[in-house]
Parts: sequence; structure tokens; C-alpha cells
Amino acid sequence: MKKWLRNWRLVSLVSAMALLLAGCGKPFLSTLQPAGEVADMQYKLMLLSTAIMVIVIAVVTIIFLYVVTRFRRRKGEENKIPKQVEGSHTLEIIWTVIPIILLIILAVPTVLYTFKLADVKPMNKKERDVVVVNVRANLYWWEFEYPDYGIITSQDLVVPTGERVYFNLKASDVKHSFWVPAVGGKMDTNTDNTNQFFLTFDDKRAEEAGRLFYGKCAELCGPSHALMDFKVKALPRAEFDQWVEKMKNAKPVASTDPVVKQGEEIFNKSCIGCHAVTPVDGRPEQARLAPNLAGFADRSRIAGILEHNEENLKAWLKDPEKIKPGNKMTGTYPALSDEELEALTKYLMTLSVQ
Amino acid sequence: MSTLARKKGVGAVIWDYLTTVDHKKIAILYLIAGGIFFLLGGLEAMIIRIQLAVPNNDFISAGFYNEVLTMHGTTMIFLAAMPLVFAMMNAVVPIQIGARDVAFPFLNSLGFWLFFFGGVFLNLSWFLGGAPDAGWTSYASLSLASPTHGIDFYVLGLQISGLGTLIGGINFLVTIINMRAPGMTYMRMPMFTWATFVTSALILFAFPPLTVGLIFMMMDRLFGGNFFDPALGGNTIIWEHLFWIFGHPEVYILVLPAFGIFSEIFATFSRKRLFGYSSMVFATVLIGFLGFMVWAHHMFTVGLGPIANAIFAVATMAIAVPTGIKIFNWLFTMWGGSIRFTTPMMYAVAFIPSFVIGGVTGVMNATAAADYQYHDSYFVVAHFHYVIVGGVVFALLAGAHYWWPKMFGKMLDEKLGKVTFWLFFIGFHLTFFIQHFLGLMGMPRRVFTFLPGQGFETGNMISTVGAFFMAAGTIVLLANVVITTVKGKRVGNDPWEDGRTLEWAVSSPAPEYNFAQTPLVRGLDAYWIEKMEGKKGLTPAEPLGDIHMPNPSILPFVISLGLFVAAFGFLFHQDHAWGTPVGIVGLLITLGAMFFRSIIDDHGFHIHKEEVMEAEKKGAGA
Repeated sequence: MKKWLRNWRLVSLVSAMALLLAGCGKPFLSTLQPAGEVADMQYKLMLLSTAIMVIVIAVVTIIFLYVVTRFRRRKGEENKIPKQVEGSHTLEIIWTVIPIILLIILAVPTVLYTFKLADVKPMNKKERDVVVVNVRANLYWWEFEYPDYGIITSQDLVVPTGERVYFNLKASDVKHSFWVPAVGGKMDTNTDNTNQFFLTFDDKRAEEAGRLFYGKCAELCGPSHALMDFKVKALPRAEFDQWVEKMKNAKPVASTDPVVKQGEEIFNKSCIGCHAVTPVDGRPEQARLAPNLAGFADRSRIAGILEHNEENLKAWLKDPEKIKPGNKMTGTYPALSDEELEALTKYLMTLSVQ
Repeated sequence: MSTLARKKGVGAVIWDYLTTVDHKKIAILYLIAGGIFFLLGGLEAMIIRIQLAVPNNDFISAGFYNEVLTMHGTTMIFLAAMPLVFAMMNAVVPIQIGARDVAFPFLNSLGFWLFFFGGVFLNLSWFLGGAPDAGWTSYASLSLASPTHGIDFYVLGLQISGLGTLIGGINFLVTIINMRAPGMTYMRMPMFTWATFVTSALILFAFPPLTVGLIFMMMDRLFGGNFFDPALGGNTIIWEHLFWIFGHPEVYILVLPAFGIFSEIFATFSRKRLFGYSSMVFATVLIGFLGFMVWAHHMFTVGLGPIANAIFAVATMAIAVPTGIKIFNWLFTMWGGSIRFTTPMMYAVAFIPSFVIGGVTGVMNATAAADYQYHDSYFVVAHFHYVIVGGVVFALLAGAHYWWPKMFGKMLDEKLGKVTFWLFFIGFHLTFFIQHFLGLMGMPRRVFTFLPGQGFETGNMISTVGAFFMAAGTIVLLANVVITTVKGKRVGNDPWEDGRTLEWAVSSPAPEYNFAQTPLVRGLDAYWIEKMEGKKGLTPAEPLGDIHMPNPSILPFVISLGLFVAAFGFLFHQDHAWGTPVGIVGLLITLGAMFFRSIIDDHGFHIHKEEVMEAEKKGAGA
């Protein structure tokens, strides 16, 4: 009976907190509005630990308030010497044992989930049938390679919903950390090794979040660390498959527009050394110095942060340093005239696979 | 002594402080230097909060922001909190154990000057090409990629000041083991002395890993080493381990003395002995021990694997138990007591709920699977500021108010003290509470700006407003110090009237020799016992006689200066031809001073019995 009562209290506390916390933040970004299996587990742990901690805080606060009001020195008590108490074994045992019990309640699911979240066996099988993405973090941009499909994209990660998506994570220059808060906790991209983990994107909740989750770099990596954002497009499996097919078969389209043609020439002269424009890029990763621009016109942001329009693209091409200080593109190409900017912009905006 | 010093000229006073080996004067040096660095770190904090007040702010540039955030953390931990803790230890511990000074007065001075020159060296980076910009953790891949000399200043400056800290730690270990007055058994030591003891042991074991890491990084950056370059067989994760094997115990190095300070204050102003003294000692030792077993909880997202993560998660949670014991012991110290709300007691009382919040978010961080969400987000920023500000800074402010009369012979103004308290307390919660939610809402830490439309605007604005409250509190505190110094009245031995430990039995400030006669300690709270028996002073353990004192010396200053010069030379040895020679000259200065220290026979001097009696008579009349 008593146990039932305690459980009931815990449940009601947890649900009250869940209601309170759900109001926090944006559905495409907040860890408090989880949108998949991994974030769900973590959210459950958060609620459980918060509930236990609120109980602890409540107990301490009650004793605290009682003590500081009840035992304050009042007028006329200036010479009162209170009894000098050494301690109490009973009390001390109580406040040693109860925290231990509370911590065990918390430790069990913690260990359980820690192991569950580390289960990456399916991606390491010889004959794997899961979606695997190689994430490579670079000074202020992200590359997403789909080794099983032979395609590469950048900045906008595209994933299927309703299944576990597995990731290989590494960095090519300094340490970064890969984080999609609404979908699950982060993992570092080290310079020394490849890390592996998985995330699940729930279809219904992806829909509610606008099918575009915000991703962040979570490890200080230089001046533009704050601007090293990426986006995750979470599509139903069928749409995802279509996208993969389009990417696989994407061919450069010859344009008849002279301005676009001029832009392409500028691109081929100044940009192609680092940027590829086809999703199938056979070069080794050391040669892939800059984001792959296949499907650039379909992306959600310019440089990962600005609204996707021609004006912002021009501003970026004109002076990237102003937008992302410390980026690796600044100074690698000659200054562009307004006409050249216009042409290059027009050309880049034709790079679509849709 | 202070009347004597005042008659001398300014130059003589400065020379006195440059050469002093008196723990009480060294405490003042630590307090002033640490205080100045605290203001500097606070200024950096204000710059950070102004920059983050609104989205897309351009108050400062991205690169400069990283320098400011790095220096804020580094300054606050190494150059403000550590020396201020040492100020308290130096001011109080030798007197609390009934000693005339620390075991090695010369080393005490050396420790201070090493810290001081290390700190000055680190801050010179602002004027010499740019401050370090890889965070106070200075993770290897980023710090090796940093183009300016900032990281070199960090690496060399921290080696010098770290050496000072290590020396200080060893000194206090030896002092507490060897210099306790007769009757002062381990289980009669005041809680602050116990905390100092355990902290010193932590320093002894925690600083060497940091030094190793710093030397590796120095080799990599300045002398062609490859410890952290994966392309050449190095490994950056090693730095993370070395840093956190130091870094986590460092938290306890700071917070255990804070616990000690609060234990003294709770007992004094509740007029009760510390509840559960032996379990408090046990908890302190246990926290110190467990503090070394949990460093990898800073690295849950590094990819160490579920086994390591699970072990470190559970070990981390275990620390909550002894910490909880302490919280309840403090509450029950007040229970049944007669609580007087002085400024130090206000901080102590406010510390309990503030620190409990920091503690429970610590347990939340320990749940590895959920920490993948908290890690490197503003949740963590909120957590450790609750621990460090709500614990350590509150304690330092409380301790400063509490022992100010003992250090300077004058009471800080209580009214202004309470104004400071309220401004600081409100500002602190306003600044940091909301940051928990910013983190959970997806805001990473160490960002120089944030974009609009992500729900971060309100929280950041509130946080910035809070920071201004804390700044205002600090200004009031400074005003209080100035007013007290100019106008304050001299006070007697026991200005709080409820002093329990030995420092309240001697005059304020204590005479150069602390105790005319070494006291006999008859139990915990030795002075309280004597007072309760109606006695005015302590029971002496020896007859009045000549007192042997160490001579002042300029050598600690010179040794430290030499290392400062050497670091300066070696830092520039790749850019300028004069670098290596200057470095060598610096080392020669240091080694030369050490040589003189070795060959000069320094037997110290004696204060004669008559002089002691004279001084005691004056002290009693003051």
C-alpha cells in the first residue's frame, strides 16, 4: 500500500513536470520535446532524475525553512547557550541510507540506457540493411556520406523516419561534436578515431516539427563554433528512397541561360578545386576540402545559418569572413565583381536534384 | 606589528611584503592578488553576458569572444578561486592549530610569488598578440591549431602558477601533520583545518597530471613534440584524460575548503558545535577519495564505450552520498541553535539551497545516457556555476567577511555586507537558473552568439540582467573594503563574540608570533571550552620564553621572477633570436637564487621574552 502510494506520488510528480517542461523551447530543437527513440529514453531519464531531485530539494528546503525561522536568535536570548549536541547515529544513518536508495533507483535505468544507446551492432554486420551515414565534421561545415549508396551531401542531412539511422562520426581538423537536440544526445567527432551511434526520427513528431530538425556543433572548435549549424530533413522512407535515387542519378544539366553559363565558368575556374557539384564524388576525403554542393538549390540555409535566398548567397560569396569568421573559404578565390557574383549565384541556384 | 609597519615609509612596506615569510602577510598578498584577478575575471564575465544579451550581437568579435571566455574560466579557477582559498588557509589554519607559522615559511612565500608571476604572465598575453582561445580546458586538437601565442602563454603561465599551488599544498600537509599544538589530535582539528588537509592532499595528487599534460603541450607547440598529433602517432584524447584527472579533483580542491569555511560559520553563528563532527570528517575524506574516481564523467560523449561510461556514472552518483551527509549535518547544526544572521551567516544559509541545486544537477549530469543531452550545453554551464559560485564564491565572500577582523583588525560594515549579499544572491540565481533551461532547449555552451528564432532570447536577456546585479554587489563590496579600511574601528580578539576556534583567542590581527605561549588544546572548539569555563585566555602548554622566527627573504621573489623571464624567452624562441638567450638567463636567475638559498646559513632570529610581554600588553589594551 505504502509503496503504491510512493509510486503514485512519483508518477504524478513526473507528469506534472513533463507538462511544465514541454512548454520549453522549439519542437525542432528542444531536448524537452523529444522526437525519437533516443531522445525519448534520455527524456525519461531526465524526468526520473528531476523527480528524485525535486524530492531531495523539497525535503532540504522544508527542514531549512523550519530551522532558519524557528531557531533564529530572538531579543532577550543574547546570553542563551544552546545544548552542544555531538550528533545522532540514527539520523546520520537515515540520511546516508535514503540517498543510497534514491541513487540506486536512478542508477539502474542509467546503466541500462547507457548500454542500449551504445548498441551499434547492426551497422557493423557484413550484410547490413540499415541506413548508415558517415559524418565528417570540418571547420564550420558538415559532410554527410552515405557509403551504401555512394552519395555525398553536406549541411543538410537527409534521413528516413521510423527506423534507426546509424552514424560513423569523425572530424577532419579539430574536434567537434554532433548534436541534434530534439532527436538525441550528442557524440563527439574526434580527430583520432571514428565514433558510432544511432538516432531514430519519429515520423509523426518529425511532421509536427516541420520535418526539419536543427543540428549543432557542441564542442568549441574556433571562432565560428556558434555558427556551425546543420539541418536534418527527416522524410518518410519512400520519400527518402526517392531522394537517394535522384542523388545517385544526378547529372549536371547544361543550361542555355548565358548568365548561368558565365557562373559555371567562374565556378569551374575558382571553386571546383574544393567544391564538388555531383553527389557521387570518388575522391578521397582529404581531397574533399569544402562542402559538396550537389542539390545546393534544394538546401534550407546558406552557409548553414542564413535564410536560403540569392541575396544571402551573394553576401556570403562576397565576404564569407563577415558571416563566418575564421572559415576556410575566405581568401581562396579572387574578389568577385557584382556581375560575377550575380552569375555565380544564378549558377549555384540551378544545382538541384529535385 | 601593524603599528610598527605604519610608521615606516611606503617603500619599506612594499619591501616588507616582497620579502615576508609571515603566513598572515602572505594571506593578505593572496587576498589582494586573488581579488584583483577575481575582478578581472568578473569583467570578462560581464563582457560575455553583454555579448549574449541579444541574438546576433556584435559587441565583440567571435575570435575575441573565445579569448574572453577562455580567460574568464582560467582566471576564475586558477588565479582567483585558488589563491583566495589559499588566502583563507594562510590567514587561519596555522592559528587554528595553535602554530606560530607554517612548516616552511620560505616555501610559503615562494608559492605565492610563483602563482603571482604565473598569473601575470598569462595575462600579458592580452598585450602580446592575443590571449588563449581554446577554452579553459584547452582541448588538444583545437589548442594545437590555435595560431597565436595565446596557448603558449596558457601552457607556460599555468606551469609556473601550478608549481606555486603544489608547493603551497605540500606546505599545508606538512604543517597540519607536524605543527599542531599539544592536545590538538586529528579528531580535535577544526573543520576548516580538516578541509585544508584533505584539499592539500588532493593538490598533491591532482596537479602533477596537469603538469604532465602542460609539458606535453608545451613540447608540441614550442619544441616540435607530437604527443597530441594523431597524424604522427599522438592522441588528443590523452590530453582530455590528463586534464580531467586534474580537473575533477580541482573542483573538490576548491569546494572542500568552502565546506570548511561554512562549517566554521554555521557552528559559530548557531552557537553550537558542529553536528556530527566525525561524520563530517569522514565525508570530507571520502569526497576527496571519490573525487579521483570520476574524471571520465566529463568525457561521456567522447566515445569511451558503455562500460566506462556506466562505471563512471555510478561512481559519480556515489559522491552525492557524503555530500548529502554534509548538507544535513549543517542543517542540524543550526537545529536547536541560536542563529545570528550576520553577513557571513547569510552567505552560509543561502549556500545550502543554492549548492543543493548545483549538487542535484550534478547527479543529473552523472546519468550518462541523459548526459549526452546535457554535455557541452548551457545546462552544464548552469550546473558548474551553481557549484562554483553557489559553493566556492559564496564561501570566499563569507570567509572574507568572517575573518576580515582577524586579518585586518577591523570589521567590514555589516549593513553594506548585507547589501552585497542580497545583490549577489539575487543576481546569481537570476543569471544561472534560467541557463539550465537554455541548455535543455538546445543551446550549446561556448557560443559567441545565437541566432534569433530558436527560443533563446528571453533566457539570455534575463541572465544578462542577473549578471549586472552581481557586478553591483561586487562594487558595494569594494566600497565596503575602502570605507572599513579608512574609517573602521579596531576590534578585540573575538569580535563575533561566539568564536569557537583558536584564532579567536589571539588579538586581531594576530601578533607576528601568533601565540606568546603555545596553547594546550583540551578538545574540539578549544577556545569555546575555555570560554565556557569562564577563562579569558587559553591554557598555555609552555612557559613564556624567547620565540624563534624565520628571517624575511627576497629570494622567493627572485626565483619566481627568473622563471617568469625564462618562460617569456622560451615562448618567443621560434620568432626571435633573443628568445633562447633570454630563456637561459631566466633559468640562471632562478638557479642562482636557489644556489644562494642553499649556501647561505639562515638561522632566523629570536623575539625576546620581554618584547613578547610588551607586545601582549599592548595587544590586550587594543
